[in-house]
Amino acid sequence: MKALRNYIDKIKPHFEKGGKYEKLQSTFEAFETLLFVPNTTNKNGVHVRDAMDMKRTMATVVIALIPALLFGIWNAGYQHFLATGQQPDFWPMVGHGFLKVFPILVVSYVTGLTIEFIFAQIRGHEVNEGFLVTGMLIPLVLPVDIPLWMVFVATAFAVIIGKEVFGGTGMNIWNPALLARAFLFFAYPAYMSGDTIWISGLSQGEGIVDGFSGATALGAAVTTGDIDKYSFIDSFLGFIPGSIGETSTLAILIGAAILIYTGVGSWRIMLSVFVGGFLMALGFNAIGSTPLMQIPAWHHLVLGGFAFGAVFMATDPVSATRTNKGKYIYGFLIGVLSIMIRVFNPAYPEGVMLAILLMNTFAPLIDHFIVESNIRRRLKRASITA
Amino acid sequence: MSEVIKIKKGLDIPLKGKSDKVFGQAQLPDLFAIKPTDFHGVVPKMVVKEGEKVKAGSVLFFDKNQPDVKFVSPVSGQLKSVIRGERRKILEVVIQSDGTNDTIDFGAEDLSTLSRDAVVAKLQEAGAWPYLLRRPYNILAKKDDAPKAIFISAFDSAPLAPDYDFIMTGKEKEFQAGIDVLKTLCDNIHIGINAQAASKLFVNTKGVKIHRFNGPHPAGNVGVQIHHVMPINKGEVVWTIQPQEVATIGKLFTTGKHDFSRTIVVAGSEIKKPAYYKTILGACVKPYLNDNLNTEEHVRIISGNVLTGTQINDDGFLGFYHSQITAIPEGDEFEFMGWAKPGFGKFSISRSYFSWLAPNKEYRLNANMMGGVRPFVVSGVYEKVLPMDILPEQLFKSILVEDIDKMEQLGIYELAEEDVALCEFVCPSKMNLQKILRKGIDLMIKELG
Repeated sequence: MKALRNYIDKIKPHFEKGGKYEKLQSTFEAFETLLFVPNTTNKNGVHVRDAMDMKRTMATVVIALIPALLFGIWNAGYQHFLATGQQPDFWPMVGHGFLKVFPILVVSYVTGLTIEFIFAQIRGHEVNEGFLVTGMLIPLVLPVDIPLWMVFVATAFAVIIGKEVFGGTGMNIWNPALLARAFLFFAYPAYMSGDTIWISGLSQGEGIVDGFSGATALGAAVTTGDIDKYSFIDSFLGFIPGSIGETSTLAILIGAAILIYTGVGSWRIMLSVFVGGFLMALGFNAIGSTPLMQIPAWHHLVLGGFAFGAVFMATDPVSATRTNKGKYIYGFLIGVLSIMIRVFNPAYPEGVMLAILLMNTFAPLIDHFIVESNIRRRLKRASITA
Repeated sequence: MSEVIKIKKGLDIPLKGKSDKVFGQAQLPDLFAIKPTDFHGVVPKMVVKEGEKVKAGSVLFFDKNQPDVKFVSPVSGQLKSVIRGERRKILEVVIQSDGTNDTIDFGAEDLSTLSRDAVVAKLQEAGAWPYLLRRPYNILAKKDDAPKAIFISAFDSAPLAPDYDFIMTGKEKEFQAGIDVLKTLCDNIHIGINAQAASKLFVNTKGVKIHRFNGPHPAGNVGVQIHHVMPINKGEVVWTIQPQEVATIGKLFTTGKHDFSRTIVVAGSEIKKPAYYKTILGACVKPYLNDNLNTEEHVRIISGNVLTGTQINDDGFLGFYHSQITAIPEGDEFEFMGWAKPGFGKFSISRSYFSWLAPNKEYRLNANMMGGVRPFVVSGVYEKVLPMDILPEQLFKSILVEDIDKMEQLGIYELAEEDVALCEFVCPSKMNLQKILRKGIDLMIKELG
């Protein structure tokens, strides 16, 4: 590693101010700090630091996403062959899924990171690590048959409008990955909903088995009122059509366990989203006047993007509430709204996305009330002791 | 027995190199220094010139803003040099000791007939006034303050900190005398002790209220103790003082001499033999580090503890309020893919490094920043280590946007840098939160006085 370090030290001057490649300084720095933790030491304030930094935080989230990604790759192949009536072995399924999913991943990362590097250079700060996670989240919430140019447009929109216009990582109001999905959903609805997009090959009209419908479980429930197309256990394990990373609640729960155990993701938010969603669905069960209301409460939690949203999207610390008490309220309302949108507005069966974006908007308001209550409590204390 | 106050939030950073309760032997140094930078907000005006002779207790400089507040020499000898930094700011006033320790006699007093004015005058004359700090703001006490209480924390919970029970052994009379003197300034004196230690000396002190605290650092921080016993609200003032300094004040009034001797601990992973030493305030640290350092790497010497101390050179001086010298590796080297390694040897409050597999391990932490500075991203981390009913992140943000009303409402009066030092330690965005807090405090002083 000494040789690599020496080489970096040798080429470093070219990237500094006045050097040949000074326009690439941020880019250089990003790669340098990726390879080597910098030698900067604490100058004022504490002399020792916790080893946790932003790179480690984001890397942990990426690791937590890997089970969902791997399952998504396999499931893309599995659903494809199921639809075309073939029954190949494990590896061909993975191979097919990989060829479908990997390009989306590459487009998302390359687009987003390029924009991040350009903005870092213009603004003169270090490249923020936030996109490491966003770049992974975007592919996982898209349908597998999405055209790559759309991935490009959506990612660019998310990074520029969703993040950089506010000042970059840490400053954004909405979760950039969900913004990318919402953008596609409203800009190109034909590609983001319907029965054919969730399984690779269907939209090109490849040979489909007779009577096969590629609708997601939610889509099927909306149109036919039939929830029994996929069993609870299939939905939990993820053998259903849907966005790449959202189908397997099990894989998502493995990710949730990693996030909670390492302390990176907020268990308060995850828990309260599930509680909110469950209670709301229970309430609808009691009314039960439409087929969607009759979906059992526990079944709701494994359908669509609910689990994925609860674990990976709602917990984005930047766009969520920042106070601990606020997190319970925020999560609970996301759960409630997700199910409510899902049940009342069949045009948007994917209520989670809209619920989270809506609550992102209200997160500062929730925090405001928590802060105000803290202030009031502190003032009251004054009048008692005085 | 008084009730135990449980502190749940906080963190004991498991550092290597804790000292046993043993004394080391070392010669007293020739050089001593008083550092005006130790006194926040003090603008020093020199009284003696370089080369002039001084006694222990002779005035070196005073505060331009409060001319009555004098800072005196801890030893007899001559003024060697006044070291200045940028814009001629005085950094160190260095005294060459003549070894005789010729001390000015300020006159002994009968403790039963003391008046507040006489005590204030004597403390100021003898240079003992700066021992008293005031909250809010953690700055020198003002003589016109009407403090609602004086708080003394009888234990230091910071990493590798000295054990006051051990340091204060044999100083019972002086400590009690000091308390009696302080009672003329404010009748309401509180001592916070460690519920798990005997603290005989403190428990047996008369005329004080004892509070027992149990829990991780910052349970020993006087600010945390005040918060749990009688929080500071707008317009209220509490004074604080450390135990060794109380004993010094006691001795000053019973013998008439300002005795600057201090017991300090020298600790840290780079110290060969961590031990306690008897020394004098402002001592050059060199004699305590000679042949006592593991010197293969760059070493960082800190006057104070790793959270709040000041970095000094190996021939630097002990800070005015410090009774600890810590030595840790500097860590100014690149680490290949450091953020991606499993990290068995890395300490983190999160469990993202595999060091959680060894919960009882002691760490040799260095001064590396462990990452780059970022904006606020992760939330809910500071709350884990700040045992106060305060929303830290929101307070820091209000300071950054200079919103005085919000700073006041969110509790800036109750905090000193040491109270948020752990927040800074755990901050994944590597922000300098102590500096931010001090910026807020300075702004409050400037705007509200």
